[in-house]
Amino acid sequence: MTLADLAPGDTATLKQINTTDPGVIRLMVLGMVEDITVRLENIAIGGDPLEVGFFGSSISLRKEQARYFEVTRIPASD
Amino acid sequence: MTETPDIKIPVSGIGIRHKARATVALIGNPNAGKSTLFNRLTGLRQTTANFPGVTVEKHLGTVQLEHSAINLVDLPGVYSLDGHSADERIAVDVTLGRVAGTERPSGLLVVIDATHIYQGLYLLEQLLELQLPTMVALTMIDAATASGITIDVEGLQTALGGIPVFPVSSISGHGLDELKAGLEDITTIDTPDIPASWPEFSETARQLTRQLGDDWQRIDVIQALLQTHPDLAGKLSQQLGAETVASLREKLFGDSPPAAAEARHRYHWVKGVIEEVQEQAPLYRKVGVRLVRWTNQPWPATLLFFAVLILVFQAVFTWATPMMDAIDATSSQLGRWLVTQMGHNAFSSFLADGVIAGVGSVIIFLPQILILFLFIIILEDTGYLARTSFLMDRVMRSVGLSGQSVIPMLSSFACAVPSIMATRVIPDRKDRIATILAAPFMTCSARLPIYALLIAAFVPNDPVGWMNLQGLVLFGLYLLGILGGLGTALLLKSSALKGPKPRFILALPEFRKPNLQTVAIKLYGRGRIFLKRAGTVIFVIAIGVWALAYFPRMDVAQYQLTQVVNPESSQFERDNAQAAAQMSQSWLGRIGRKIEPVFKPLGWDWRVSSAVISGFPAREVVVAVMGTIYAVGSEADDQSLSQKLRSATWPDGRLIFTLPMVLGLLVFYAWCLQCVATLATIRRETNGWRWPIFAWVYMTSIGYGGAFVIYQVGSML
Repeated sequence: MTLADLAPGDTATLKQINTTDPGVIRLMVLGMVEDITVRLENIAIGGDPLEVGFFGSSISLRKEQARYFEVTRIPASD
Repeated sequence: MTETPDIKIPVSGIGIRHKARATVALIGNPNAGKSTLFNRLTGLRQTTANFPGVTVEKHLGTVQLEHSAINLVDLPGVYSLDGHSADERIAVDVTLGRVAGTERPSGLLVVIDATHIYQGLYLLEQLLELQLPTMVALTMIDAATASGITIDVEGLQTALGGIPVFPVSSISGHGLDELKAGLEDITTIDTPDIPASWPEFSETARQLTRQLGDDWQRIDVIQALLQTHPDLAGKLSQQLGAETVASLREKLFGDSPPAAAEARHRYHWVKGVIEEVQEQAPLYRKVGVRLVRWTNQPWPATLLFFAVLILVFQAVFTWATPMMDAIDATSSQLGRWLVTQMGHNAFSSFLADGVIAGVGSVIIFLPQILILFLFIIILEDTGYLARTSFLMDRVMRSVGLSGQSVIPMLSSFACAVPSIMATRVIPDRKDRIATILAAPFMTCSARLPIYALLIAAFVPNDPVGWMNLQGLVLFGLYLLGILGGLGTALLLKSSALKGPKPRFILALPEFRKPNLQTVAIKLYGRGRIFLKRAGTVIFVIAIGVWALAYFPRMDVAQYQLTQVVNPESSQFERDNAQAAAQMSQSWLGRIGRKIEPVFKPLGWDWRVSSAVISGFPAREVVVAVMGTIYAVGSEADDQSLSQKLRSATWPDGRLIFTLPMVLGLLVFYAWCLQCVATLATIRRETNGWRWPIFAWVYMTSIGYGGAFVIYQVGSML
């Protein structure tokens, strides 16, 4: 499962990151590295781009880059 | 007996002005509250300039402390020192003292937003490698408290190796005194030799620096190892041998790209620190926060976007009108008054029709531009503009650009000059140039006078549904501009500027209340830039056009001819007839007649042609020139000018302003690049003449082509 497969409101832990895309490296510099928990906040009309939240920040990215992030979804607790 | 006035001056209010003895660089993430803190610390003792050779703004200010003063350089907001954009490169170069004319800072004040210290601590750890005295301002501390975040400041200070951390709130002023007291001793701060986030790497860099000798600083070695500075990387391979460097890199980074390895190591450490020093209260969300979250959802956000857009346009076009009318009335009255005082002569005409009319034609746009900027700055300050990019990314993708081109294109509806400067945030050069070339198509405020004149004169005011035909035509012209811009972007992005698909990686700041002082300072700055840049150009042109229309003067015989045409006519009519005769034999009139054949296929006679020609440097002068040419005097109200235009004929009696001709003329104005200020800005921002020349030729061609097709096809029907 990748970041691109999450639904709005889902939380997940970032696992494997494929660093072959320069955009992915930029996202890592912005803090999207392995083992952090992210929340898919919003998806724009048309299904793209995505808004991802972590540690109080929000970053937008397109699905093309989101596919490079393997994630483990955290089931909702309530 | 003289009375000595009893003046009481609060001692703290005078203060002693100290001379700055050190320069401190203010650095932090974008939206971390850096500018607000800068304004708070320096007040109005600041200057804005560009860093030499680049189009990045440099803000310099002085902070008066109790016992001394320091200079503060506000650097662009950055997330990392890897030189991703022009802004990041300049921030690094300034802190390293590589920028000519900017003193190397003797200390760093790092701004970290208390509501998200995650990215702030990452940048701080990179900055510690600079080995400069460093201290931290933890901004927005009350916003953090309000959202349930507590930060153990002492714990954080320890984790950072003992560098001082000052929690502050620039809004309430909380903590500013302590911060200022801390700044007093900034140069004595001991920065840890080895920052805690990636000790193996820092240690390697430290040893290499010693080994390499005096012309290497640790940050140079780091940039060489991380391959963020190609020259230094080359130099390092040369001095140590390519193999040694390769094996060093493998040991440090494994098989991942250096920047990815750095992010993994440092953020892993940052995450650990946050778990230790930060507590987040169980999520309790206030109504306001919940409302903002709701409006960030796709559909509410998109509807809100259009509502905001309508409000801004409404404001720009209705609020500004009274002020624009007042400026117009004042400048023409002043001109008339001058002529009555000084009599009719070349000098009074120069002052009234050249200087005053020229200055007036510049400042008349100031109300619209200031209102538009006010909205844009507020939207920027609240973080809403970034949201707009997010919403519109999908649309921009269809023409090969990304959401980051939306902001420049929106501000282009006021004026293309600041909008072209706003393209600096676009990281890819090709995307940036495509945006620069698309922006001048948007209907700027200078196109409005000619649109208003032609629509009022030739489009009937018939109701069409809930709108009327005039409104519909104006809307159509806006649409024509948008289509022209997007079409141009699409064309360029699939040919000359073809490149990798743009990515849309953008930090979306949280909604925040705008700060009045920041808004006021920014508005003042942009207004001044507009007056200076656009003002000088338009002013010079207005004087040039005046001279072309004023010289050579008619001789006395011709003059008397205009006075005896109709003895019944009033002085006003005789003056107008004289002005028209003068225009016809002036340089401008002669040029108009020379180039008439070029524009004849569009249905324009020499008068329209010379008005259009005079508008090439700045399109807004066209209405005034038409007024003069059509002999109603440049002060004529639109009513009489409209009537003159409607009855203007060719020598054989056919009407000049037919519907196809007028529609063609409107299309010409929608697409043609008649603005020297825009061309100059494109030249500056693209560093050469290639793109401004291309833009001018391209836009003039399609404007001419559009008008040609409409006139020819329309006349056949």
